[in-house]
Amino acid sequence: MSLLGMVVLVVGFLLRANPLLIVLAAALVTGMAAAWAPGTGVGTLVHAATSTLASFGRAYNANRYVSLVWVALAAIGMLERLGLQERARTWIASVRVATVGRLLAVYFVLRQLTAAVGLTSLGGQAQMVRPLIAPMADGAAEAQAGLLPDRVRNMVRAHCAAVDNIAVFFGEDIFVAIASILLIKGFMEQTGIVVQPFDLSRWAIPTALAALAIHGLRLARLDRTLRRMLERAEGSS
Amino acid sequence: MIGLAHAYALGGVFFATCAWFSGRDRSNPHRLRAATFWGLLALSFLGGDRLGDLGNGLLVAGLVTLATLGMGRSTQTTSTPEQRRAGAQRYGDRLFAIALIIPASTLAGTLVAKQTRWGARLIDPAQATLVSLVLGVLLACAVAQLWLRPSAPAAAGDAPSASGYLVPVREGRRLIETVGWAAILPQMLASLGAVFLASGVGKQVGQLFSEHLVLDTRLAAVAAYCVGMALFTMLMGNAFAAFPVMTAAVGLPVVVHRFGGSPAVVCAIGMLSGFCGTLMTPMAANFNVVPANLLELPDRDAAFNGVIRTQVPTALPLLASNILLMWWLAFR
Repeated sequence: MSLLGMVVLVVGFLLRANPLLIVLAAALVTGMAAAWAPGTGVGTLVHAATSTLASFGRAYNANRYVSLVWVALAAIGMLERLGLQERARTWIASVRVATVGRLLAVYFVLRQLTAAVGLTSLGGQAQMVRPLIAPMADGAAEAQAGLLPDRVRNMVRAHCAAVDNIAVFFGEDIFVAIASILLIKGFMEQTGIVVQPFDLSRWAIPTALAALAIHGLRLARLDRTLRRMLERAEGSS
Repeated sequence: MIGLAHAYALGGVFFATCAWFSGRDRSNPHRLRAATFWGLLALSFLGGDRLGDLGNGLLVAGLVTLATLGMGRSTQTTSTPEQRRAGAQRYGDRLFAIALIIPASTLAGTLVAKQTRWGARLIDPAQATLVSLVLGVLLACAVAQLWLRPSAPAAAGDAPSASGYLVPVREGRRLIETVGWAAILPQMLASLGAVFLASGVGKQVGQLFSEHLVLDTRLAAVAAYCVGMALFTMLMGNAFAAFPVMTAAVGLPVVVHRFGGSPAVVCAIGMLSGFCGTLMTPMAANFNVVPANLLELPDRDAAFNGVIRTQVPTALPLLASNILLMWWLAFR
């Protein structure tokens, strides 16, 4: 029965309701479904709903640190007002060999390597991608092709966000003291198996190389894809 | 010692100022709703510990109601493209240097708090990264004021009240309005995870999975575990929530105990299979939904937005590689 909340989640996303509403509804349904049995009174269900709301509120309050990162937008916004994005664009345009694919490949390798030695905070969507990487990719594309059609620009931006995610996900587990390694170690100890953090991080390396190969291949082909998209856009206009 | 409480207080002040600017923003027809939303967020950061559990729950209900009704969109502009191009020329690489202050001080603060004794007295080592991030933001704003002196020539068309020191908050408000209600989606999903955990949702999914699959070869068991990690991560939005469930249901009893797979290999690659799922789900809001808003992609409200669709062609072959890698490496 407690899987009903899961159903609310999936149906809600398919119906494209507001995600915040879906999440709260899924939580309330989960709590109420757990209390429900044939012949349950309305009072019991209302009580279940309020106590679920309270435990959701407790978790929400405990997780405030997740939203603290937005404070960074103050500094980013101020720098954007002063011309940070424009500076990123002109700088990358002055690098002759820079293309979107090469720029993102370099960022991918740097992000993966720094994450592998524990420096996951050297990056991120609000701190690096929006103020620096996305305008640089825009600038690199424009230096080669002139003004970009919206479709191409949006594809380039989506690739910037994707590079940051993929590189950090498949780099960070090579570092022994990262949260996921500690979680694995703690969980396995509960079941009576001792695994060494070093062994876990060692076995993260093959997947890290596979991610580098797969995404690197896609980035190597990105410039050609962009050129084809631009030619088609010109042909149709 | 600077700890999370101070960082929360600063966050509260930031959101309260956002609420103030949003409320006075005549370009947004729903400015009152927007102002109330950011105001409630400020209340949560400043007084969340004193509201009680139900009080916080009602606060969340208020935030959700406002987001569902719609908070409008601000069309207030920042500096003009010409001003920004002039600024880029005038300040040059100093802009990069200041932008890099934030990640650099996050890193330096974390290292100092965790590695040195005087640093641990200055910054709470348990929350070093978050506290250092907030300190880095303050440092970047201060350095920009002192080094660039941006308020010297008043930009044409600036509101007369725009004193230099308020510029960061005004601009931060502009950016956070482009993110909108999605700003609290990651926090909401983390809370949903807690409710799911308390009601045993994970165990039930694990049971479904292990009862209905016949896993009589190594490859089938490995594939079921890896695909299960990815799928369950997509549902929960977080590989950390999926890992204990799937490992207890399939990873440990079947792959490790029945077929004799190495626990370190199985766990390490199992977790990374979960990360493949993170790349493909709107439930991982801070990685997939937030950037779509930050980069103002037109399909940011779609269930599978541009960021997710860009990541799927890497996530699927990588998941297949993980299955093969675990199959080769776990049974040597």
